[in-house]
This record gives sequence, structure tokens and C-alpha cells, in this order.
Amino acid sequence: MLLNFLEELRGAGIRASLKEHLTLLEALDSDVIERRPEEFYYLARATYVKDEGLLDRFDQVFHKVFHGVFSESGEQEYSIPEEWLRAVTEKFLTEEERAAIEQLGDWDEIMETLKKRLEEQDEEHHGGNKWIGTGGTSPFGHSGYNPAGVRIGGKSKNRRAIKVWEKREFANLDSSKDLGTRNIKVALRRLRRFAREGAADELDLDATIRGTAKQGWLDIRMRPERHNAVKLLLFLDVGGSMDDHVKATEELFSAATSEFKNMEFFYFHNCLYESVWKDNSRRWSERIPTWDILHKFGHDYKIVFVGDAAMSPYEIAWPGGSVEHMNEEPGETWLKRVVDTYPAVAWLNPNSQRSWEYTQSTHMIRQIMNDRMFPLTLDGLDDAMRELSRKHG
Amino acid sequence: MTQRFTGTENYVATDDLKVAVNAAVTLRRPLLVKGEPGTGKTVLAHEIAKAIGAPLIEWGVKSTTKAQQGLYEYDAVARLRDGQLGDERVHDISNYIRKGKLWEAFTSPELPVLLIDEIDKADIEFPNDLLQELDRMEFDVYETGERIAAKERPIVVITSNNEKELPDAFLRRCFFHYIKFPDDQTMREIIDVHFPDIQKRLVTQALEVFYELREVPGLKKKPSTSELLDWLKLLLVEDMPVDVLQNRDPTKAIPPLHGALLKNEADVMLLERLAFMARRENR
Repeated sequence: MLLNFLEELRGAGIRASLKEHLTLLEALDSDVIERRPEEFYYLARATYVKDEGLLDRFDQVFHKVFHGVFSESGEQEYSIPEEWLRAVTEKFLTEEERAAIEQLGDWDEIMETLKKRLEEQDEEHHGGNKWIGTGGTSPFGHSGYNPAGVRIGGKSKNRRAIKVWEKREFANLDSSKDLGTRNIKVALRRLRRFAREGAADELDLDATIRGTAKQGWLDIRMRPERHNAVKLLLFLDVGGSMDDHVKATEELFSAATSEFKNMEFFYFHNCLYESVWKDNSRRWSERIPTWDILHKFGHDYKIVFVGDAAMSPYEIAWPGGSVEHMNEEPGETWLKRVVDTYPAVAWLNPNSQRSWEYTQSTHMIRQIMNDRMFPLTLDGLDDAMRELSRKHG
Repeated sequence: MTQRFTGTENYVATDDLKVAVNAAVTLRRPLLVKGEPGTGKTVLAHEIAKAIGAPLIEWGVKSTTKAQQGLYEYDAVARLRDGQLGDERVHDISNYIRKGKLWEAFTSPELPVLLIDEIDKADIEFPNDLLQELDRMEFDVYETGERIAAKERPIVVITSNNEKELPDAFLRRCFFHYIKFPDDQTMREIIDVHFPDIQKRLVTQALEVFYELREVPGLKKKPSTSELLDWLKLLLVEDMPVDVLQNRDPTKAIPPLHGALLKNEADVMLLERLAFMARRENR
């Protein structure tokens, strides 16, 4: 039973290993907990899950595996409340459900089904399940499935939206790819600014020899340790019109992960809104509020957007303009917040520079970025890196 | 270990926290605690130590901290200088070995609680460098050929603010607990623990103000539990009447004695701006 649980957890992307499993068994063996499902749940959670972002997924798996068990074995003084289980199962559309919906084919029907589901979900949500572990009020951004966000009006306005929706599969950008990235690496290396900062904790051999020769006694000189001071936040546009450019983006991405120690990457779609995500396959379940990013990372971080900036102008300028959810504030506001917060910002555009003139949205974003948009070519990268490593106020 | 950690008179522990702590204490695996700043991560270690009556050894990690410093440091520079000055001490290398916090914890006469505070502040290799030491609870001193091994595995509590990802191999060896921001009920319990005679009405009003404040978008630093407690203390000291909190109108968005809650000038400005806008709308 427990092995099955481990399997399921791994299947859900929680990287639990045999080591954790043995720890759990050891803990059970040494009677750490009282024999109650609740305590077992807590113990298993503390053992298997090491990242708060995965807590919700753990809950789902836990429900799936142990739902039947506790009710059958009769040892349920404290069984898990039913609403909680229901809330967990209905919180998200599963893959199968999505497939089923897609099979319905008709756009309106999709919307209708989705809306119904969301209404149910909404009620559940307001029903007050503040169950431990699901992470408080709004467990990750299912906002993408927000009824308003579905934007029934979007159909006629934006042909692309439907296409993206139907595809649903967003290839996870692969960071292990290394071939053909060499030239990008060269350019990215410009960003590495070796700065000497921190405590003097490295022996400066040359200065010591010089000093000793001059003074006549051993004169130890120390210097700060060398380390890469460049911190980078990378925002990558995925899906939609970017699909054509995924390859180019991928190359940049795989180059970047090996260049910086302090690098975080986030994905967005078309334009930056109130939340982004880190794992493409879970883009609906694990969203990170953009505010959190603005608050968490200091102003010395350098920001790089990668996106084609080709979209409907509404997506930038209007609240609710996003193709896939109801955004309360326009993308413009969010982009401006980022630009205001971080002095070093650059937008890399995989489309050729000549085509920029013809797209209104590209023009708008370029303005927001204060003209710091660069083509995704070696030269463009060079320029972008130079811009980023410029001394900012 | 027969004692179970059930929280202390000063610390309200939720059920899941208790289980995590007890598991870590019983199996002597490190407990990794994450959570918003001010939700009591560091305090937890203090309280565990207090609850089981163990001494607490604190190791505050900074960005320049090296894993080796936790084990020991060999002061070669001092020895060189002493050698030049002909000091007698120079013949014994152990004179120049400074014990680190881990050494202290391993050789402590009583079973200690070792707190490694804000581990994510250090270099990314830092946790990896401590893997073996925390796993086996022993290490070698190369200069003297000594092996320092823990008589009894100390209880290790590690806190992280999530500024950096921690390596998988390290995580596998820990129990993990994420301290959620306390809900209304838990918050009342916490306040009760800290201010037993505070008026219920004041608490209700203050909490309302507090949660409202947390909802304000764009705050650089949301006030957290520790700030709330400070603020309540101030309200009590100043003997603030309840109705000051009660009769708040939106045009005065800034709560009294806000300095305890908001630590950032920009945040105070933001609130003032919001108040200004509210006034304008009302007009």
C-alpha cells in the first residue's frame, strides 16, 4: 500500500525517493505518531514533501491513494472531512477531463461545460474548506479557469485564443539541450561580471609576496573571494504565437541555466500579468503571483524577457484583455511595475527586427521597455547584455 | 525520547507542526522549516529547546558563511605570525583550531538543539557541504587527525526563507514543515498566549485592521505575526481605547501606531495615497 503511495507521488511529480520512504517506515516503527489518519497524513507530508509548492499535489495524491483505506479499515476516529476530499478533486480539471471536454469539440460547449464546473468549484471554495495543506485561501492559480477568464467574447475577437486552448500541450522547455548553444553562451557570458565583494577571505599570493619582499617579514594580504555577482530573472513567453520560436528560446534558456548561479526563470503567456509559473506542464496549478516576485527579488536582479511581443493590443492595454484568463489589471501595468522596480531590464524578441514596425503590440511593449528591446540574434544579445551590465543609477 | 513536543506556553503549535517536530526529534533527522518571514521559524527552535529542556546552539548563516566554519577553522595566519615571533604556542597545532557550532553541538555534554538559521542565505554549495556531517553527525579534523563524532545525534532545526533552492540530496535527509500564515483562529490563540489579559474587543478590532492591511495590494512587506504582536504590545502600552480602531473610516487608512506594522516608508506612503484617493472619491 505504502509503496503504491510512493509510486503515485512520483507519478505526480513529487520527487520522493526510497530514502524518504524508509524514513517514513522508521518513523512509523518508532511510534512517532498516534495511530490516526490525520497524524499519518502530517507525518507523510513532512517526510515526502520538501517544497511548499508541492503540498497541494501531495494532498491530491494522498486522497487518491488512501480514500478507500481509512473508511474500510474502520479505524477512522477522525476520517478526513468529505468536503475536503471533494474540494481537492474538483479543484482542478484533470487531464482526462480536459481531454473529454476537448472531444466535445464545439467551442461554446467547451465554455459551457467549463463554466458549469467552475461554478461548482466556486461554491466549494466559498464553502469554507480551509483545510491544512492546500495552502490557504486560493490554492494556486486556477484563475486561468476563471469563468470570466474564459472570455466568451474572445471568440470573434481573437482567433488565436481558440487555437491555443485546443492545443493545451505546452512543451516544457528543455534545459538539457546543449547543441548549438555555444554562440549564445558567448554572448551571455558578457553578463557575467566578476565582482569582488564580500569578506576578505582569500589569500592574495601576489600581493603577499610583494608585501613580504618589501617589509622583510611575512606580510599576509587577503582579498575578497571572487564570485559571480550577476543575478538574473528570466521571463519566458510560451505558447500561442511563440510556438514558432520555442526552439530559439530553448537554446537561450539552456545556455542561461549554466551561466548563472543566481538565476530564476518564470513563464508567462504573451504578456505579463498578475501571475507567472515555473513548470509548464502545471501552469494552471502552480502559479506564482507577480507581486511576490517583485517583493522577493532585490533591485539588483537583472530582468530579461523573452517573447515575440506579437499579440492583440488589448492584451497589453486593457483589463480583461488576456486571451486565457480574466486579468484585473492590464498587462501594461504589470510590465511597468517590473520596469519601475528593476533598473536593468531587457526584452529579447525572436522575431526579426524588420517585422517589429508592423506589429502594434511590439511597438507598445518597446515603449514600455523604454526602447530596450533587442532581437534574438548574437548581435542583439550582445547589445542586450551590454545594456544590462551598464551601471544603473 | 519520551517527551513529545506540544507547543509551549509561549508558542502555539498547530497539529501538523507537532507531528513534524516529533518525527524530527525522535528520528534525529534535521527539520527544515520554511514560511513567510515573521511566522516564528527561528522562535520554533528556541521553543523546542525550552520544551525538552535542552541547550540551544544557534548558527546564524550569512552570505559569506562557509560550511567549514560550522565544523572548525584552522587559523593558519595566526600560527604563521606566532611562528615569526617565536611564540611557544606554535608547536601545538590545536591551539589554532577554533571550534565551530557543529563541533560544539556534537560534543555538548547535554543533548542540544542546533539551529541553523536562514540556510538559504549562504552560497548554493553550503547545504551540500554539510550533507555528510549532518547525516553521520561526525567529521574529521585533518590538521590533528581527530574525529569528532556526536555522542548522541543533536536535534537540528534548519530555517529557510526560500531565497535559493536547496539541493535535493540535502532535502532528502530532512523532515519538512511549511509554516502557513496563521488563520484567524490560530492568530487569536497566539495573541492569547502573548497577552492573556487583552480585551477581546481590542483583539477583534486589531485583527480586522491587521488582515485588512495584509490585503492591501502592493505592500513591500506585509506585516506578519511578529509585527502584529509588537503592535498589540504598543496599543496596550499606550492604552489605546478600542473605539480608535473601531471608528476607522476609509479616509484615514493608516492605523494608529502604524510604525510597528509597516516597516517601509514606501508602504506608509502607499497607504497615505490610498487614503487620499478614498477621500477624493467620497467628496
